[in-house]
Amino acid sequence: MKKAISFFMIAVIFVISLSVLGGCNKESAETIYFLNFKPESAAAYDEIAKVYKEEKGVELKVVTAASGTYEQTLKSEMAKSTAPTIFQINGPKGYANWKSYCKDLKDTALYNALTDKNLAITEGDGVYGIPYVVEGYGIIYNSEIVDKYFALDNKKVKLNSVEEIKSFADLKAVVEDMTANKEKLGIDGVFASTSLKTGEDWRWQTHLANIPIHYEFKKNGTNISTDDLSEIKFEYAENFKNIFDLYINNSVTDKKLLGSKSVTDSMAEFALGKCAMVQNGNWAWSQIRDVAGNKVKEENIKFLPIYTGIEGEETQGLCIGTESFICINKNASEEQQKLSEEFLYWLYSSDTGKKLVTEKLDFIAPFSTFEEAEAPKDPLAKEIIRYMNRDNVTTIPWDFTVFPSQTFKENFGAGLLSYSQGSKTFEEIKNDMINDWKKESK
Amino acid sequence: MEMRKSKSIPTFILLVILAVLFIAPVFVVLINSFKGQFYISDAPFSLPNALTFSGLTNYLNGIEKTGFFTAFLYSLFVTVGSVLLLTLGASMTSWYLIRAKNKVSTLLYYLFVFSMIVPFQMVMFTMSKIANILNLDNPLGLIILYLGFGAGLSIFIFSGFVKAIPLEIEEAAVVDGCNPIKMFFSVIFPILRPTAVTVAILNTMWIWNDYLLPYLTVGNDYKTIPIAIQYLQGGYGARDMGALMAMLVLAIIPIIAFYIICQKYIIRGVVAGAVKG
Amino acid sequence: MHKHLSRYFGVFALPTLLAFSVAFLIPFLLGIYLSFTEFTTVTDAQFVGFSNYIAAFADDTGFLDALWFTVKFAVVSIITINLFAFLLALALTKGIKGTNLFRAVFFMPNLIGGIVLGYIWQVIINGFLLFWGVDITVNADYGFWGLVILTNWQMIGYMMVIYIAGINNIPPQLIEAAKIDGATPLQILRKITLPLTMPSFTICTFLTLTNSFKLFDQNLALTAGAPNRETSMLALDIYNTFYGKIGYEGVGQAKGVVFFLLVAGLALLQLYITRSREVEA
Repeated sequence: MKKAISFFMIAVIFVISLSVLGGCNKESAETIYFLNFKPESAAAYDEIAKVYKEEKGVELKVVTAASGTYEQTLKSEMAKSTAPTIFQINGPKGYANWKSYCKDLKDTALYNALTDKNLAITEGDGVYGIPYVVEGYGIIYNSEIVDKYFALDNKKVKLNSVEEIKSFADLKAVVEDMTANKEKLGIDGVFASTSLKTGEDWRWQTHLANIPIHYEFKKNGTNISTDDLSEIKFEYAENFKNIFDLYINNSVTDKKLLGSKSVTDSMAEFALGKCAMVQNGNWAWSQIRDVAGNKVKEENIKFLPIYTGIEGEETQGLCIGTESFICINKNASEEQQKLSEEFLYWLYSSDTGKKLVTEKLDFIAPFSTFEEAEAPKDPLAKEIIRYMNRDNVTTIPWDFTVFPSQTFKENFGAGLLSYSQGSKTFEEIKNDMINDWKKESK
Repeated sequence: MEMRKSKSIPTFILLVILAVLFIAPVFVVLINSFKGQFYISDAPFSLPNALTFSGLTNYLNGIEKTGFFTAFLYSLFVTVGSVLLLTLGASMTSWYLIRAKNKVSTLLYYLFVFSMIVPFQMVMFTMSKIANILNLDNPLGLIILYLGFGAGLSIFIFSGFVKAIPLEIEEAAVVDGCNPIKMFFSVIFPILRPTAVTVAILNTMWIWNDYLLPYLTVGNDYKTIPIAIQYLQGGYGARDMGALMAMLVLAIIPIIAFYIICQKYIIRGVVAGAVKG
Repeated sequence: MHKHLSRYFGVFALPTLLAFSVAFLIPFLLGIYLSFTEFTTVTDAQFVGFSNYIAAFADDTGFLDALWFTVKFAVVSIITINLFAFLLALALTKGIKGTNLFRAVFFMPNLIGGIVLGYIWQVIINGFLLFWGVDITVNADYGFWGLVILTNWQMIGYMMVIYIAGINNIPPQLIEAAKIDGATPLQILRKITLPLTMPSFTICTFLTLTNSFKLFDQNLALTAGAPNRETSMLALDIYNTFYGKIGYEGVGQAKGVVFFLLVAGLALLQLYITRSREVEA
């Protein structure tokens, strides 16, 4: 019996001491820790880690935060002794929160290779965040269904092809007439579900809201990196309402049920041919591709700008920009910082790395190390590149990176849900949004 | 007697209906776990048909996405380890504290009891922080955390029964030349065995299902079953209802198995624990 | 008798005590300290007095709303759970065929964890609400009643088992004697069963009360606070304040302390009531 006790005691002491002492060498110097923001890229990063380990012998630990919880995960991970060595911020707002962790990257090879240096997050002379992907969003449409509509005998609009849609009025007329003919077109609704489930509402509270806010800044000549942004008027609220109403009134799903719809649901509806259009960005390609029983053909997936009825929108293009800026944790050990830099440069400059970026991550990378041919081959990325290179098109930048906080976005999303369900008027959510902006800007 | 029998028939029928209602939710999830992921939210109560039946796809998807078997092993390891350690540690500590009977032991006893009423949210941040500093943010460390955080209730339950052990038994053992350690294991612990079962069962139910404590301490590296299920909701940018249903079923199966095997002890344990706690 | 018992402190109490210090004692004390500071990690804490507590109760942090929601929820669940559990216990102490099986079935949900329970009920409740073309996020009332139904399903069996034990402890002679005196079943219930199961009532009431107050997993999985945090209970609200907002760690910790005081207050109340009952008896 005595033996058993001593064994137990030894075991306990062993475990405690092991774990306490283990602290010294828990994180081997050869390890870098990347906290990934993009859940859809989780599998790709796991593969990258494997390849990198094989090629360079450096352990890359990748943790992916669940959708909508990046800030929260970053916060709890940064408080740990084994904090992430590579993390990402979503723009100036994110930089303000995390500046005490961001290493100056101005002398790195990666920054050197950045095509447009204006895109980086800078303060004074320093460069603290480097954009690692350029993305775009708009209204994705299935040209097969849309062309079928334009071929209908009884169509009410004068336009003859989707190329002729140049304004909100055009879009609305086409969409509403398509809804009227939805049986003939074999769809349940023109738009996929406006996913308003908590954590799944970023396409509206962030991406869609970008458009009216951008035009407001533009009209007032606001410089988003230098001017005071603590208050907005939401001057183009009516335009936001225009497009949002169009989405929810011509949808596959009844507007009262949108609170349980997720982005996956919407993308599946599109992939299965239940709808003709869905607002999303080029990152959604894998979600369309991977749906079992996929009906939409690759060559029929195209982008249309999001028109809202604002003056001068005839030349409007897609919303292209980035909210993904890579940072290196300056509180990590010298060794880890060096390894992190090396890894990032390897990923965006070596042949193996570039192949993984374009084929696995499907990223349009903003670095001069990439040849023109080294771009993702998926239909959505190709569309983004096409729009970027088109003349007489004004691209809308991603001004939502200055939205005050995650809480602001969540509240606006919740407001949009209440509006769809009919428990709040648009006027109410507009006022709430303006107040929240002010409150969260403090 | 005659009267009672005739009266009990409506009660019996009512109970049958209620029992069906109690099982129905689990059954609905089971049915849906065999339907394609986009056919669940639209019609959760319909049976799968040729169009919606998806075979074992959801199970395979879910197992792959959540790493279910790894999660199961983590859950099992942490639960078994913590429960064993807690039962042993708490029984020894409570016997010692009761028998030592001095100011320090009384103070410690009250500290332990006090910890019972402190909700986890009060210490969630500081505990995970300290666990990280001390390198307890791994499955082994988690076992130590559960020993510390669960000690209060377990010691409280044990103490009531320790007090009831007649001192004469212990005195006789001392006369026979036993030292306290030998005596505890050959005399005291056997007497406490039924209580130990109660404590073990209450702790198993808690630790197996616990979400926030493991999530905040080890959640990014070691996902136990509840964490894996919650992550399935938000992770991977895709919410797969089918995989969720399948994982719910897989999460319930071990519980039901455990319940069927230990039903008698579980219900007895709950009563004993409740009367004391 | 054990003269040298204190020598064995290291064997019997020290391991548990060490773990206890790490997992509870130090975090608890540190938590109280941090509630008076502003911090992001522990090392950068700046003393700010009571301002976190004042901020915690400000209108816009949702704490009071969560408190009110929790209180409403606790009251409704205490009544429903105890009522149903007691009725079931009555039915299952009459020697009906299959009693053991029924008891096993009613108890079963209690073993399923909160996260799993939450998602099970999300599917079912949304399925029912679909008939009216809405879902659980449409209105905070749906979330409220959803949580009530969920906790009822989970806890009725547990409380029922305790009531059964209480009822079985009533000496059968007492009831036989009452019957011989011509008492109706209702009279027996009121004059014998109810008074003699009072201790079970106290236990169950407080178990449901503290469980309702501390509810977290079920809340997170079923509604996650939707719509607009209106269905956030205290524990979820604290969690969201802590991890959801940059710069609110101190406020979150202060809310945690207030939450602790509330739960501790309820526990003391229970102790007081149980004690005074015991004196009466």
